[in-house]
Amino acid sequence: MTAVPALVVEDLAVEFRTRSGTVRALERVSFAVPKGETLAIVGESGSGKSVTAYAVMGILDPAGRITSGRAMLGGLDLLAASADQVAAVRGREIAMIFQNPRTALNPIRTVGQQIADVLIRHANVPRREAPGRAVELLRDVGITDPARRAKAYPFEMSGGMCQRVMIAIALAAKPSVLIADEPTTGLDVTTQAVIMDLIGDLARDIGMATIFITHDLALAAQRADRIVVMHAGHVVENATTAELFARPRHPYTAELIAATPDAAASLAALASIPGSLPDLRRLDLPPCRYAERCPRRLGDCDAALPAAPAIPEHVVACWNPLS
Amino acid sequence: MTATLDPTTAATVHAAPPAETPLLDVAELRKRFPVSGTIGPLGRLRRRMKGGPVHLPHVHAVDDVSFTIGKGETVGLVGESGCGKSTLVRVLTRLLDPSGGIVRLGGRELSLTPAKRFAKDPDRGRIQMVFQDAGESINPRFTAFAAIADPLRRLRGLRGAALTARVERAADQCGLPRALLTRFPHQLSGGQRARVGIARAVAVEPDLLVLDEPTAALDVSVQVVILQLLERLKAELGMSYLFVSHDLGVVRLICDRVLVMYLGRIVEQGPARAVFANPLHPYTRALVDAAPSLHDRGAGRIRLQGEPRSPIDPDPNVCRFYGRCPKGTDRCRTEMPALRRFGVRDVACHFAEETAAR
Repeated sequence: MTAVPALVVEDLAVEFRTRSGTVRALERVSFAVPKGETLAIVGESGSGKSVTAYAVMGILDPAGRITSGRAMLGGLDLLAASADQVAAVRGREIAMIFQNPRTALNPIRTVGQQIADVLIRHANVPRREAPGRAVELLRDVGITDPARRAKAYPFEMSGGMCQRVMIAIALAAKPSVLIADEPTTGLDVTTQAVIMDLIGDLARDIGMATIFITHDLALAAQRADRIVVMHAGHVVENATTAELFARPRHPYTAELIAATPDAAASLAALASIPGSLPDLRRLDLPPCRYAERCPRRLGDCDAALPAAPAIPEHVVACWNPLS
Repeated sequence: MTATLDPTTAATVHAAPPAETPLLDVAELRKRFPVSGTIGPLGRLRRRMKGGPVHLPHVHAVDDVSFTIGKGETVGLVGESGCGKSTLVRVLTRLLDPSGGIVRLGGRELSLTPAKRFAKDPDRGRIQMVFQDAGESINPRFTAFAAIADPLRRLRGLRGAALTARVERAADQCGLPRALLTRFPHQLSGGQRARVGIARAVAVEPDLLVLDEPTAALDVSVQVVILQLLERLKAELGMSYLFVSHDLGVVRLICDRVLVMYLGRIVEQGPARAVFANPLHPYTRALVDAAPSLHDRGAGRIRLQGEPRSPIDPDPNVCRFYGRCPKGTDRCRTEMPALRRFGVRDVACHFAEETAAR
């Protein structure tokens, strides 16, 4: 539990300037991932999961602006570093897998060439050896007949195989942190299980920290050591997986769990979450962005939220948590 | 466990003899697509000049599928992408013509009417479909009103005030505020778009509603609301559902019976609860094991490795699951297992007795 954190994100805030106002997309987002562990960031669409990842990777949309925060990768603050410094670690030390591999891969280059590119650029592999190493990497991610597959274009491969290629690219330089943004959305459950096993096995082999973004609470329950729950750009709860499901403390977490279909539940027993995300352009956003939907709201809820440290056992951003 | 074993009945292909005529009766349905790309027009010409056969290889997308859907029943259809779910749905909704077999809706044989002609058939409105992502399946230049009105105009011939009244009633039934009817799809939230997709399908009062992953694009909190809406509409309007999904958690919640498809064939079917609690086909087992659950870290699961076999002219004597199946034996390579009856369900596996006995 006291392992060295591979990545620490502290007090991250991101805004987007739009014609219809400034969207305060993230506020006071903090979390840490120790080496060799898997952290899941869960939340509904619009909760800021992907923006968090993009901000850390330095690939935010030009309209986005990081207004505060640090993201410490080893000794380097990714948010304060120069573009050259970030470019030097991106792909080597910290890598990302995107949702929908087919659009993330280059459609007019073979997958072997694309892996070789990364090896040459980020893993100091000599140009002549790169194609051979690319085939080895394809074998490592479980692609049968890798020498033939290396010559294939993304459209010739199934979604599961494209995601394996993405994983091979992301892990080519053996990074210390991997961010996987909904890596199995759109894949079949059987393929999902194989891909998640693969990421888990490879992460264990190279002692990599994995941040895994998903909207599927059940998948997070199965795969993550620790879970960060986000709502409307805030981290509302951060706890170990076992603790979060045994004793959810934030009302939103409890409602998310109650809304997730599971073996035991019946349709009538599943609860919907009333209300919707607040408009993040509003100037009068309450300190707790869940307050307007919250069944446990108190007078205190209009006061600023309790401060949340980055490396805690169990963080709850709530004045009236469940006990 | 739950399955009662009776070898004397374990021979036939058909589902349980229904007490009354089922709403939908599908028998030995087949759909094959020619794959011309493999030899090309020149190759075909060359073969013809040599006097050889010009048989084209075919994708066997749906192969010998038989099942029924009773009145008021919800039947789930699960399987991986590429297993033929979508083709089956397109044949059932008569968007495609079958290569063989029978589709009977309430006693009427539909498969004889070509898909093109069925578009104008008076029974067209009896089978309606809710597509996967309403954001992408609704014409972006149609307002919610126009999207719901379109099938009413075409299939029911409604115009003017009658049309408006019917659209508003459908919106009310689906919990879509009337004020949103003037909006375009991009101005609606995911849940509201899903309601538009459902409203346009139920407006013409179908007997059978085919739902293709209706909640796949939605967040869990909205998913619950939409599933509860579907449940209520079914009771109110007396529809039957064919619910296509790969989310077993959802299928378990709303389906009475479930069909499990693999590479064009049904490998297991029966009451949803029994099938999920104790799968008898190794593929169903793998599906159930692969679905993540809140309360189980998934130790000791069956893991499927490899890719499915090619659906192009598959060997009729080899089990379609052979090669990925953890149980595969020589018998599976020489004898395709038939769908056999086990108590309340059907299973196509040589080892179903063994699995059931355990």
